[in-house]
Formats: sequence, C-alpha cells, structure tokens
Amino acid sequence: MSVASFIISLFGFTILAPLAGGLLAGIDRKVTARLQSRVGPPLLQPFYDVAKLWHKERWTVNNYQGFYVLMSLVFAIIAGVIFFAGGNFLLVVFILTLSTLLFVLAAYSTRSPFAEMGAEREIVQVMSYEPMVIIMSVTYYLAVGSFNTNAVLTLGRPIITYLPLVFIGLLFILTIKFRKSPFDLSYSHHAHQELVKGISTEMSGRTLALVEVTHWYENILFLGWVGIFFVWGSWLAVLLTVVALVVVYFLEIFIDNNFARVKWSAMLKWAWLVTIVCAVVNMASLNWSWLG
Amino acid sequence: MTSTGKSPWLIHYDAASCNGCDIEVLACLTPMYDIERFGIINTGNPKHADLFLVTGSVNEQNINVVRQIYEQMPDPKVVIACGICACTGGVFRDCYNIYGGVDSAIPVDVYAPGCAIRPEAIIDAVVVGLGILEERRAALDAGAALDAGAALDPKEA
Repeated sequence: MSVASFIISLFGFTILAPLAGGLLAGIDRKVTARLQSRVGPPLLQPFYDVAKLWHKERWTVNNYQGFYVLMSLVFAIIAGVIFFAGGNFLLVVFILTLSTLLFVLAAYSTRSPFAEMGAEREIVQVMSYEPMVIIMSVTYYLAVGSFNTNAVLTLGRPIITYLPLVFIGLLFILTIKFRKSPFDLSYSHHAHQELVKGISTEMSGRTLALVEVTHWYENILFLGWVGIFFVWGSWLAVLLTVVALVVVYFLEIFIDNNFARVKWSAMLKWAWLVTIVCAVVNMASLNWSWLG
Repeated sequence: MTSTGKSPWLIHYDAASCNGCDIEVLACLTPMYDIERFGIINTGNPKHADLFLVTGSVNEQNINVVRQIYEQMPDPKVVIACGICACTGGVFRDCYNIYGGVDSAIPVDVYAPGCAIRPEAIIDAVVVGLGILEERRAALDAGAALDAGAALDPKEA
C-alpha cells in the first residue's frame, strides 16, 4: 500500500462510497418493490431519508450512544480505505469487526430491552459470519501469497478459480452482513417486526442517519470483497467484476424477498456448517494443487 | 418540498378501534395503494416516526399509551386521527370508559373521518399532514440556527 494509493483511496472511498451505497440502497428498494408488484419509492429515497433524519429534533438517551455510532462509522470508513488502497486484508476484517462491536455497544448503552435484544442478536450474527470472513482472508493468503489486496493485480487468473467454495461461503454470510432476510435478526429494513426496530430502537435523528450512512459504507466494502474474487492483471477483470457484482446483489435481493426470517440458532448452525465444509474442502484442494 | 415531506415515516396505533380503520391503514401498504411510493415507511418505533396515525377512540386503558407514544416521537411530528372514532369518539362517545377522540389525549393536526376510513382518505390526510410537517421543520430549523451552540454539546451528540 503506497502513500499515493492510500490518499486516492482515502478521498475516493470517503466521498464516493456513501453516494454509491445510497444509490445501491435506492436500487435495492426499487427492485424489491417491483418483485412485490409495487411501484416503490423514488431511486434517491435513501438520501431523502437520511436528510430528513438529519433535520429531526436531537434526542439521545445517554451521552455515549452518539459517540459509539460515530466511531462505528469512522472505523467502517478506515476499513474501506485500507481495503481499496490495496492494504492488508486481515486488518480490514479486524477493523470492520471493531466497527460492528461499537455499534453493538451503542445499543447496549441504552439499557432498553428491545435494543439489548437486538444487540444480543447482532453478537450472534458476528459469531455466525466471523469464522468465514477470517477463513476467507487466510485462504486468500494461501492462494495469492500475500494479505495485501493489491496482490491480485499481479495474478494470471482471478482467485475465484482457486477459491470457488470460499466464494460460495462468502455469499452465504453476505446475507447476514447485508442484513437481508432470512438473517436480518438484529435489524431489518422492513417495517413491523417483533423487536420494534431491534438494535436501532433507541436511535433517532442524526444518530440514526449515521447508522444508515455506516451501512452504505459497509455495503460498498462488502461488494469490494465480492469483487476481489474476479480481479486479476487484465482489463477484462473490470467487465467480469461489474457483471459479478450485479448478479450477486440481485441474488441477495431475491433471497431477501423469498425467505422468512430464521431463528438465531438455525442461522448459527447453517453459517458454521457452510463455513466448515467450504473452508476444509477448498483449503485441502489448494494444498493438493501445490503438491501436484 | 424538503426531505421531511419526501420521507414521512409513520407509526400506527390502534386505540379503542373496532379494527375496521386498522385494516384500511394496512391496506395502504399493499401493492394496490403502495404508500411507499411517497417514501412512507410503516415503522413500529415512535423514535423513528414523523407521522402518528391513531385509529379508534381514547379510553381509560389507552390514554397513557397514546400520550407516551406521542412524547417519544422527536419533532417535527404530526398527529392524524383516522376514522370517525379517532376524530370524535364515534358511536362509542357515550360509553362510560371513553374520553372521546384522540384530541382528548394529545393535540391532533388532521382529522380524517369515515367509518371505516377509506385508504384514499388516509392518503389525503397524510398529504395534508405533510404540509404541516414541512411548516414545523422550517420552524425547528429556524430555532436550531439560533441555538447552534447546542450541537457542540456532547450531551446533544
């Protein structure tokens, strides 16, 4: 990660990611509405929502919640900047986990039963997806020989050809990370659920606006994780990556609209099962290919 | 129209309703009327809501619930009484436990009568409510500009 790429990524990711993330959320809501034979909100609706929240009365239940949420946003941005600057993938994973845990702390700090329940579910979600994310970075190292994300640019073929099963495992846990049904246990984009609004129940106004923006940054970072599987040292990579991202995101929306929410125990069981199978088989096949 | 008018999130509370109006409120969310077209989300959380839709009359059991939901909503906010019971108490107004319409508990901005209220009437009432919401936001923004120092107070953050 050179200084130049860091500076480009710092400004590029910080400015462009929320624009792209908000647009993505708008497309998401539009496609979801069409899948339900509705017209749906305007494409820029997520921006209107955040702008409105910014102008709401400023309320907070304690002095810490807003700070935790702000720090969660800052760490999500740092993780994204390091990723897109070609930095250490493992570091990205750890910083993003810190961001998520700060969000959990923000909910816990309110002492509200609904927010606490949402926070506990968020912790279970972290437990469910974190092994797969760690294994993804380890197998990335095994395939590429470096933890740096810019190392894929020197490859002769994309890493999906080395890590097909790890990619499938990533797709599975991405549903948790995107907060999509059937794994939207702690916080759902859809109205009316049993936990009021789960982890964000006690957040309102500007704090909630920051939560939304954090989510936009995270979504772009996750799409970066998907994209890195299709990048190699060729211009064709751009085309392949764009196609892969569109397909993957539509798949997520499709899954979101066609599955009911599962219990947390089912989520944990399935996520770990997929992780173990994908990781073991893919790691074994990588080792055999080295022997051959 | 500002972002406030483009993104009104509503909370719906069933006071002492016969459920007729509640069904009509929920009908607004279906593909037939699709109020998400206007950016409206039916949120279950008063802290996220801008519009408070109340159906049914207010009685001894729920007067405090109605007040509490209203107080938990951050400004700017608008209250819409949906259906004749929410407006005046309707056929229940003489019952021993009924206080009357929603305005016997909290200030109401828009009265939308009907038994049961039609989805079109609810959408009309919401559109009228949006105008009031815009005025309140303008007033709040003007007030906030005078009190800009409050934004730097860590207790406010």
